[in-house]
Amino acid sequence: MFVINCPFCGERDQSEFSSGGEAHIIRPKQPTELSDDQWAEYLFMRKNIKGVQFERWNHAHGCRKWFNMIRDTSNDKIHAIYKMGEKPPIV
Amino acid sequence: MSKELRVNSKYIDQTTRIPFKFNGKTFYGFKGDTLASALLSNNVHLVGRSFKYHRPRGIMTCGSEEPNAIVQVSNDPSLTEPNVRATEIELYEGLEANSQNCWPSVNFDIGGINNFLSPFLPAGFYYKTFMWPASFWEKYEFFIRHSAGLGKAPTKPDPDIYDHQYAHCDVLVIGGGISGVIAAKLSAEKKLDTILLDDKKDLGGVSIYNNDDNFKINDQNVSKWLSNEIENLKKYPNLSIKTRTSLAAFHGYNYLLAKENLTDHLNVNDRKDKIRQRLWKIRAKKVVIATGAIERPLIFNNNDRPGILLSSSIKKYIDYYGVKCGTKISIFTSNDSAYETVLSLYKNGVKVNSIIDIRDKSESLIVKKVQDIGIKIYWKHTVVNTKGYKRINSIELMKLNEKGTGVIGDKINESCDCLGISGGWTPMVHLFTQSGGKLEFNRIDNMFIPNENKSSSEQISVGSCNGDLELDDIIKKTNLKTKEFLDINTSIFDSLKIQSSKEKNKKNIWLLPSDKPLGKTKPFLDFQNDSTAKDVKLALREGFKSIEHVKRYTTTGMGTDQGKLSNMHALGIIADTTGTNMGELGTTTFRPPFTPLTFGAIVGRNVGQFFDHTRYSAMHNWHETNGAKFENVGQWKRPWYYPKNKESMHEAVQRESKAARDSAGILDASTLGKIDIQGTDASEFLNRVYTNAWSKLQIGKCRYGLMLNEDGMVYDDGVTTRLGENHYIMTTTTGGAANVLNKLEDYLQTEWPELDVYLTTVTDHFSTISICGPNSKKIVNKMIPDLDLSDQNFPHMSFKNSSINGVRCRVMRISFTGEHSYEINIQSNYAKNVWEMSMEAGKEYNITPYGTETMHLLRAEKGFIITGQDTDGTLTPVDLQMDWIVSKKKYDFIGKRSLYRSDTIREDRKQLVGLITDDPNEVLEEGSQIVEDLNKKPIEMLGHVTSSYFSPNLNKSIALAVVVSGKNLKGKKLFVPMENKNINVTITDTVFYDKENKRLNA
Ligand SMILES: [Zn+2]
Repeated sequence: MFVINCPFCGERDQSEFSSGGEAHIIRPKQPTELSDDQWAEYLFMRKNIKGVQFERWNHAHGCRKWFNMIRDTSNDKIHAIYKMGEKPPIV
Repeated sequence: MSKELRVNSKYIDQTTRIPFKFNGKTFYGFKGDTLASALLSNNVHLVGRSFKYHRPRGIMTCGSEEPNAIVQVSNDPSLTEPNVRATEIELYEGLEANSQNCWPSVNFDIGGINNFLSPFLPAGFYYKTFMWPASFWEKYEFFIRHSAGLGKAPTKPDPDIYDHQYAHCDVLVIGGGISGVIAAKLSAEKKLDTILLDDKKDLGGVSIYNNDDNFKINDQNVSKWLSNEIENLKKYPNLSIKTRTSLAAFHGYNYLLAKENLTDHLNVNDRKDKIRQRLWKIRAKKVVIATGAIERPLIFNNNDRPGILLSSSIKKYIDYYGVKCGTKISIFTSNDSAYETVLSLYKNGVKVNSIIDIRDKSESLIVKKVQDIGIKIYWKHTVVNTKGYKRINSIELMKLNEKGTGVIGDKINESCDCLGISGGWTPMVHLFTQSGGKLEFNRIDNMFIPNENKSSSEQISVGSCNGDLELDDIIKKTNLKTKEFLDINTSIFDSLKIQSSKEKNKKNIWLLPSDKPLGKTKPFLDFQNDSTAKDVKLALREGFKSIEHVKRYTTTGMGTDQGKLSNMHALGIIADTTGTNMGELGTTTFRPPFTPLTFGAIVGRNVGQFFDHTRYSAMHNWHETNGAKFENVGQWKRPWYYPKNKESMHEAVQRESKAARDSAGILDASTLGKIDIQGTDASEFLNRVYTNAWSKLQIGKCRYGLMLNEDGMVYDDGVTTRLGENHYIMTTTTGGAANVLNKLEDYLQTEWPELDVYLTTVTDHFSTISICGPNSKKIVNKMIPDLDLSDQNFPHMSFKNSSINGVRCRVMRISFTGEHSYEINIQSNYAKNVWEMSMEAGKEYNITPYGTETMHLLRAEKGFIITGQDTDGTLTPVDLQMDWIVSKKKYDFIGKRSLYRSDTIREDRKQLVGLITDDPNEVLEEGSQIVEDLNKKPIEMLGHVTSSYFSPNLNKSIALAVVVSGKNLKGKKLFVPMENKNINVTITDTVFYDKENKRLNA
């Protein structure tokens, strides 16, 4: 179980957080213009990388804020945490 | 206890005799004994039967790696515990233990016939045989369940108390042997907040009873030096020592779980009201693993008989417990450590008959000493067979050939009642690998050791778990490594004078040869799961290559001991057979827990009423007093129905439903989720999350909304009211409240941060009293006389701020029953009072409280859906025939694009319809299947019933269902096949009652 440094609350146990899957998948601004395939790409397709992955996390049992995390899924090392809307730092 | 088998020991209390029962018979042991040592002192070796062949098995070890002596403790149906290792049970008064895995008794076991059938029970036998024919499975299952199995689960709830506790520390030291004690002292001396754990009752590990003159620290016996060090540890206030505490799991970020046994060693009568076990959840900045090593067995023909023990265990039994494991002992070894056992036995008056050593020679100090005593050593020999069914009585040995691949010369027979075996040492790297560490193979000692270069977390392994097996190496390296790890500069421990016997000659043979061909021998690898070296070789011949596959196919290492003794040999044999380097082969994965945990320790206090939260509405007491039966809806307790005069549920629901339509009904609707929505973009936000349009909703008006997932499927629904220009209150389903709030927050924070909207849950703040029926208006008028209830002022789907006895409330005129109806929302602490006022005001109209069952019935009469009952995450609004609520004008809302995917526009999707039974008294079962053609095989399922009731208002059975292309099948006759009949049904409209909605304004 990791320790996550919530950008609003500080270091907390992983049990306070919930994971929200891959980050930086932006909801299409004009969904009506998309083909079925393009929409399916947004809706269903996720990378699920073994290695460094960009993820969304929510401090569900805390401040309830969403934020982004760069995590290596092979060893759970957290490389960076940054707020929603911020550019991912280079790691 | 047999006097001949006991010698003096200062480590246990030999003045206190403790009676205990094993397999119903009373025995005696001493305080400080384990069940295993006490049994051995009573000359009991046979303690169980093996899993597959039901071979007699005896105590083999003295610790957590024990594969055979697995017992069922206690005969009490609520306290009985299976799979406990006799080697870990501290003897107490009242202990009752029984052998497992044998029927009818350990001495006569019917399953033992498997032993003679064993040529027909090779690896994968169960997989291969019981696959076919499938119809025989039930018979096989019966056979397997009766002849196999590991113990019995308790049949009554566990009355014991279990606890969870968090601990945070700078340094956690796991293992209180000599290296753990050194590391803990260094850490404590540096003023670091330190925890030292050990699974035994005392610290000291194997060194604490090492009184061998070949080993000295500062000219003292190891035992003496170490007990002084341990005594000194107690003075550090920053060091917390937890004994009887075994580490179960080492997770990432140095998060570790440890189980502390608090009462298992106490007399049964002294345990009352005490916490039995505590699960420690430890977050350590740094971890020192000092878990030691366990001795390996040797793999040879019939190496599993009772009386065959690990040589180091024989040493502990004599040195620590003062118990002789036999009186005619032979030792079979591949290394020097068995000679320590021989010396310990000799010191205690047991002369070892003979030593069989696979090596050519050894010139170490300790071997020389043994030779001087005059004990016969068979160099370069191996045991090729053992004899004795319930206890070993003799061994056969032969000389090894040059390469060690076969035997030569004549067979020598030696009689014995105990055989100590020693195949070298296996470092306990389990915790290191659990934490994600990778191992490397040490070819000299043939063992896997931690590769700390590849370890990322803040931890080190010290002592023999790091592969250091000689006393001087252990102490020196532990000292250096710990100091570097903890950044310590003192000279403490630097100048210790250590004397140790050095082993130089090494030899290892994973599978020892016999004079018989392998197929005719039984060299056991995994004693608990009864897999032999033959099985592993068979798996390889059958094409299994991956070690993980061989493990599963042969079940090697899959017992409750997780193959602590067997894994290395299995790997060695695979490597030898396939010509692979062991380092490249890798190991199987060690998974937590290191030793089995009780369910009690895992769940802690979260049992019974603490298993989950229970939520009660503010009127709960009233419902209870008035005889409500409750139903669980999420965490809420909701009144289900209110039986009167011993009514059945059906009778109560029929009465309640009739009353609600004929005069007045009252419902506690407080559990519906309520989300307060404020902000200048609140209307735009609702536009995006609901399928219908919200911008034009006037202040003071209510609107029903349907919420989809992005995949177009219905997610939740409810009425939202516009309280002000930038202020709404949304209601959600009871079960969906938390998820809806989370989902909305997610969109607000991540997709639409530009929107000025704030969400607050107010579910608990307001309670909701729903009064419906033709007399509801009169009742509300009595309660709030100054509120103008006329249709002009207060029409359906609108809201008014008002007050009752000076308490502000929100009154909505909305209806889930189809009746003229009001919902009074009031601050929860006044709600019970207002509920009672409503009952009083409604008395003259026979106001009838109704529960969720009647609510469901009434809404079904109107064809209103319940999300989660009529929907299941696969239905779009179009499937529900609710096209009317999907805005065509709005450019976008959550799920819109998915509504015209090629799959969602299919005409032959399952669609919501009404169902009427031909026999109006026949009520369908919810969930039952709907078919058209009864003769077609396989029968085609068109859909299923989602809601079904007998309507007292229509005097017939009604149902909602989802049916393929149902929308176009109105009037169609279909069947609902049941176990012993087929029910004829007809598809109808979903609205059964008051299609014109006249009653809303009645
Ligand atoms: Zn937070």
